[in-house]
Amino acid sequence: MSIDRRSFFKALGVTGMTLAAGSRLSASPVPVDKNEFLGILYDSTRCAGCQGCEFACAEAHGLPAPSFEDVPVAGTVRKTDETRRTVINAYKTTRGDIYVKRQCMHCNDPACTAACLTKAMYKNEQGPVSWRGNKCMGCRYCMVSCPFDMPKFEYHSPNPKIVKCDMCSDRLTEGLKPACADQCPTEALVSGTRRELLAEARKRINDNPGQYYDQIYGEHEAGGTGYLYLSPVPFEEVGFNTTLQKSSYPALTKGFLYAVPSIFVLWPAVLLGIQQATKNDNNNAEEDE
Amino acid sequence: MSNGNYTVQQNNGIRSTWKFILGELKPKGKLLTPFNIISVPVIITGIALIIIRFWKGIGSVTNLSQEVPWGLWIGFDVVTGVAFAGGAYVITFMVYILNMKKYQSIVRVTVLNGFLAYLFYAGALLLDLGRPWNVINPIIGNSFGTSSVLFLVAWHFLLYMIAELIEFSPAVAEWLGARRAHKILSGMTLGAVIFGITLSTLHQSGLGALFLMAKDKIHPLWYSEFIPAMFFVSSIFAGLSMVIFEGSVSQRVFSDQISETSHRSHDSILHSLSKICAVAMFAYFTLNVLVFIHEKRWSLLNTPMGYWYLTEIIGFVLLPMILFFMSYRKRNITMIRVASLMTMAGIVLNRLNISVIGFKWDSVSHYYPSWMEITVTLTVIFTEIWIFRWVIRRLPVLREAPGWNSHN
Repeated sequence: MSIDRRSFFKALGVTGMTLAAGSRLSASPVPVDKNEFLGILYDSTRCAGCQGCEFACAEAHGLPAPSFEDVPVAGTVRKTDETRRTVINAYKTTRGDIYVKRQCMHCNDPACTAACLTKAMYKNEQGPVSWRGNKCMGCRYCMVSCPFDMPKFEYHSPNPKIVKCDMCSDRLTEGLKPACADQCPTEALVSGTRRELLAEARKRINDNPGQYYDQIYGEHEAGGTGYLYLSPVPFEEVGFNTTLQKSSYPALTKGFLYAVPSIFVLWPAVLLGIQQATKNDNNNAEEDE
Repeated sequence: MSNGNYTVQQNNGIRSTWKFILGELKPKGKLLTPFNIISVPVIITGIALIIIRFWKGIGSVTNLSQEVPWGLWIGFDVVTGVAFAGGAYVITFMVYILNMKKYQSIVRVTVLNGFLAYLFYAGALLLDLGRPWNVINPIIGNSFGTSSVLFLVAWHFLLYMIAELIEFSPAVAEWLGARRAHKILSGMTLGAVIFGITLSTLHQSGLGALFLMAKDKIHPLWYSEFIPAMFFVSSIFAGLSMVIFEGSVSQRVFSDQISETSHRSHDSILHSLSKICAVAMFAYFTLNVLVFIHEKRWSLLNTPMGYWYLTEIIGFVLLPMILFFMSYRKRNITMIRVASLMTMAGIVLNRLNISVIGFKWDSVSHYYPSWMEITVTLTVIFTEIWIFRWVIRRLPVLREAPGWNSHN
């Protein structure tokens, strides 16, 4: 079995394409200190359920303000959708009625961003995860991937957008606070870096151990999130999924993605080898031109 | 097509080629067949629905929701359709890499089937994209989301379609009487095959890897880190079952195209394919059992979803696998056909269980496809069959190629 000039060039071509494609397909995590991301601490013991954040958010993003009948009532769960980026819900718990704000969690290593094949969904160096319409092709893979189900889609528009909280990233670049945190009358919402917020949250738990359940939701969930939560009751009582994995969601596909370049290099070589090995026995007509 | 044809075409140049193509566009064969009578109204309705979809948004024709963003169009058209198109890489592997000449007669039809499947199912993807005008972003420009499995799948779809087109192109060259092009294109076949098999390995498993991040949303009986491996292994017998099914239909419908020799060898091909199916299904079944035992999922079995899982694994994997094994021993063609249909049903079940039925299985509101989604899906399938039939009637796909290679 000898390799003639032609098959040599074929092999060379295949290898070339492989290397070109392989380098493009490798995943590259950005090494940044996750605790320096900007985030928001939400303390449900301070929240009065006034929906001021909902109004502020609607105004800041040109969305319809919530109607006056649309108020948080224990027993019904209001969800964010394409017309509202944040909602306040009420829960009946072992320690009375508790309000909880929900919106995008701004994960440290977001599933939606890893899922996005056009980088329309991206986490900027300040911390907010936001969406860029000029890149998005509307595949909704971010919605499939998000463990918190936060990206929402305008199903009834011919030019649909993905709608979710972007932590007012425009305001952040101007040095302002997010609209919701800016107007919160009871300071249930505090903005700052993740490092500051975690320290503050721990301080509150330590200072008032009777008032808080001893967990900061978002510290480890889904690999850590930009939004952090304090609650007087266990988080499953107020509608949180407490079974989420502690490691980041994109880590689930890393193994597969890392295998891609090696398969791209090994497979063609193996296939060509088998082809060369079986060719002589059968004297294939295709190679006898 | 003879030598004379070739000379005439060369003399008259490009103009006569166009005349030839225009002539070929005219319908051949009977117009009022049962298939036409059913498919034409469906296709017309489907086109109307597609217009409404682009005018009023995806929500106007689908039952998709904020919680279930992928429905029938992705779960069936794309995820299932691509699994069925897996026959092309398996058959080209056997013919061009393992040099099994026995399957030579079904290579072209399988590659054509695979190519059209990708063309139409990837095309159906455009219907599901909210902002399809940005579809080129992952291909050209500076918007490469390289950490996305979908990025990989998108590139592979595109590259694999090109590879399959190259694999099929000698048939087009023969149809047009282009001898020189034929020689060049035939020389590219092996490269395209090797590239194509590599791409197929990765994107068949990649389609499964898409769902890895939806860990908390897919029913635990279907979710495991081995979804990519399972998708790849099942694409082998999904594709071959499709080859068996398509071959059995073609033997009847296009009997005028098929020569006496390839007609006779067809049964023997089916027997060998059923054996490969059985072995691949055994590997797949074992993988399922291993994952099931390893993850200690016994407690999940005695639930409605558990019974549904058993239906899929025993009724549509184990049972057709046994039928394939038995048909090989008993040389029973009918049994092969039944087994291939059951296998295909099992693949549909499996892909839908992961992408649609088991997705958000615990949610309050469930997703059911609307009649409009189903009609559009049928439109895609019927249009593909129309094109398939058009090509079969004109190009040397099922009938003998002119054999230009051996006469050189």
